[in-house]
Amino acid sequence: MIHFLLKGLLRDRNRSLMPVIIVTLGVMLTVVFQSWMTGVIGDSIESNANFTTGHVKVMTTAYAENMDQVPNDLALLDTDTLIARMKKEFPSLEWAERIRFGGLVDLADSTGETRAQGTVAGFGMDLLSKDSKEPYRMNIPGAVQKGRLPVKAGEILLSDMLAEKLNVDTGDMVSIIGSSMYGEMAIYNFTVCGTVKFGSAALDKGTVIADIGDVRRALNMEGASGEILGFFDQGYYDDAMASALVIEFNKIFNDPSDEFSPVMKSLKEQNNMGAMVDFTFKMLGIMIFVFLSAMSIVLWNAGLLGGLRRYGEFGMRLAIGESKGHVYRTLIYESLFTGFIGSLGGTVVGMTIAWCLQTYGLNFGELLKNSTIMMPAVLRARITPETWYIGFIPGVLSTTIGTMLSGIGIYKRQTAQLFKELEA
Amino acid sequence: MGFSAVCAQHPDAREILRKIDKNMTSDNRVFTSKMIIHGRRNDRTVESKTWTAGDKKSFTEYLFPARDQGTKMLKLEDQLWIYSPETDRIIQIAGHMLRQSVMGSDLSYEDMMEDSRLTDHYDAEVTGSEIVGGRMCWVVRLTAFDPGMAYQGRKLWVDQERSIPLREELFAKSGTLLKRTELTEVVNLHGRWFPQKIVFKDMLKDGEGTEFIIGDIQFNVAIPDYIFSKASLKK
Repeated sequence: MIHFLLKGLLRDRNRSLMPVIIVTLGVMLTVVFQSWMTGVIGDSIESNANFTTGHVKVMTTAYAENMDQVPNDLALLDTDTLIARMKKEFPSLEWAERIRFGGLVDLADSTGETRAQGTVAGFGMDLLSKDSKEPYRMNIPGAVQKGRLPVKAGEILLSDMLAEKLNVDTGDMVSIIGSSMYGEMAIYNFTVCGTVKFGSAALDKGTVIADIGDVRRALNMEGASGEILGFFDQGYYDDAMASALVIEFNKIFNDPSDEFSPVMKSLKEQNNMGAMVDFTFKMLGIMIFVFLSAMSIVLWNAGLLGGLRRYGEFGMRLAIGESKGHVYRTLIYESLFTGFIGSLGGTVVGMTIAWCLQTYGLNFGELLKNSTIMMPAVLRARITPETWYIGFIPGVLSTTIGTMLSGIGIYKRQTAQLFKELEA
Repeated sequence: MGFSAVCAQHPDAREILRKIDKNMTSDNRVFTSKMIIHGRRNDRTVESKTWTAGDKKSFTEYLFPARDQGTKMLKLEDQLWIYSPETDRIIQIAGHMLRQSVMGSDLSYEDMMEDSRLTDHYDAEVTGSEIVGGRMCWVVRLTAFDPGMAYQGRKLWVDQERSIPLREELFAKSGTLLKRTELTEVVNLHGRWFPQKIVFKDMLKDGEGTEFIIGDIQFNVAIPDYIFSKASLKK
């Protein structure tokens, strides 16, 4: 029977082509929308991860207790050895050492005395290694307004707003005044190689970014790091994975009796991100549900119309002796085939578009250049396991339900009326 | 008569402060010192040499360890500068920077600036007596009448015999205890009593505090004027 139904569908394009096209389009839109929204909304979490939290973060227990104050006197020591061990235990993560610090940027006059000063929040990260991904995590190349990234030791990036306020230009020397790992005042000279603007008021007010090697020398932190950020190689945060990783890491590395032993925290456990992550994914779920509902109604309607359009055909079939149940069942089977083929086609096309959007993204850099919202310049989709089957919900389910509803009319047909309809 | 007897038990607080000032302050002095900073992780020792003239001028050069060698501090009136040889910069320490720790110790730059006579800035009242370090001490409560003082309240335990504080508690205007100092190894130097070891404890920080140990000290010696100038920072 299946073979017969398929033949019928393929031979009668009115019954197959249009419904399949409609289902394909609907499913394609669903798949692209789901992957795009997941990617874009997920990016707000990724921004936090890239800038401050990582997907997971390793620090000393003592540092973690006062994380907001960035207590570099409680930093991790011998981080090279620690990272080597971490790479061995958890090879699927990328690790990035960071030193955050607060202090002053001081500009000298011709006598070497203070001409101007400003408060800064600093980031020390690997900017000079060839294969370092750190500059791209924070989209620093895209944020450069003047000059360039540091290419050698002793160079620093300053936020554009601060540079303008202090009347600093690229090539000028500035002194960074902070606290060393031992608590004493630390003063270190840098050459300004460029200015940056991130589109976030908090960052743009006063940020300095320098290579971690320079920051270590400045703050007397040789071989030490305040934080080690871990990033999943899949490129996005997965809370279940992170939670499992935290448990495993702390079992191996953390010694509760030693306040300077490493401890790991997931993104959700830092900076009140728990509420934000939950809210973000709930919002994403709601948005996808709303879209899915709308698409389901569209395809349900298509199924409904398809059934109604074949009113005459059903009458004929009933008149020649086909049972109502058989007509209804074949209608549903046809709808299932149409829905399945359309969903398959729509998913293939949708996944292709989603893959392109995930791999290459859409560059909104020019549009966001003067924006005050901190967003990555390139927005990408994200294909998740749900993307593979989400199209089938409206594609198969809604189409079939629509057909089932329209098919109920078959049972209301009266044999006595059939021949009159045929005559008409 | 009973009332007079009660008053006679406690001496005049301002007189106690004058005796303290006579011991602790001088026209000028030159001394070497060692600061042992007990950090949360490890201990550090910093050595320096200091020249002071009254309570308005002070010059300190750090001698040890190598990383800090050549760092200098100059105080003139109420201004403070620090010179970093590594960067060849003279930085003025002002505002909230004064509350930063000196060399990671429990002393702040504000503490280093403060070297004035207690009688110039505080009202005092003797509230009782206690034994500290085996010595009978007057307990003296000080309240600042100068709103510019870093510590608006102080409590001193003053050695009754030697007129030198053996313990000090320093308070904020709100009454919060900010610092505690213990003065020990008191010796007689040219007719004045002077502590050779002071332990500072920042009560808002964890840790075991900072020991400030005075080495050689000379009072009222000739100090060239050029020492107290910005030019000497870069020399």
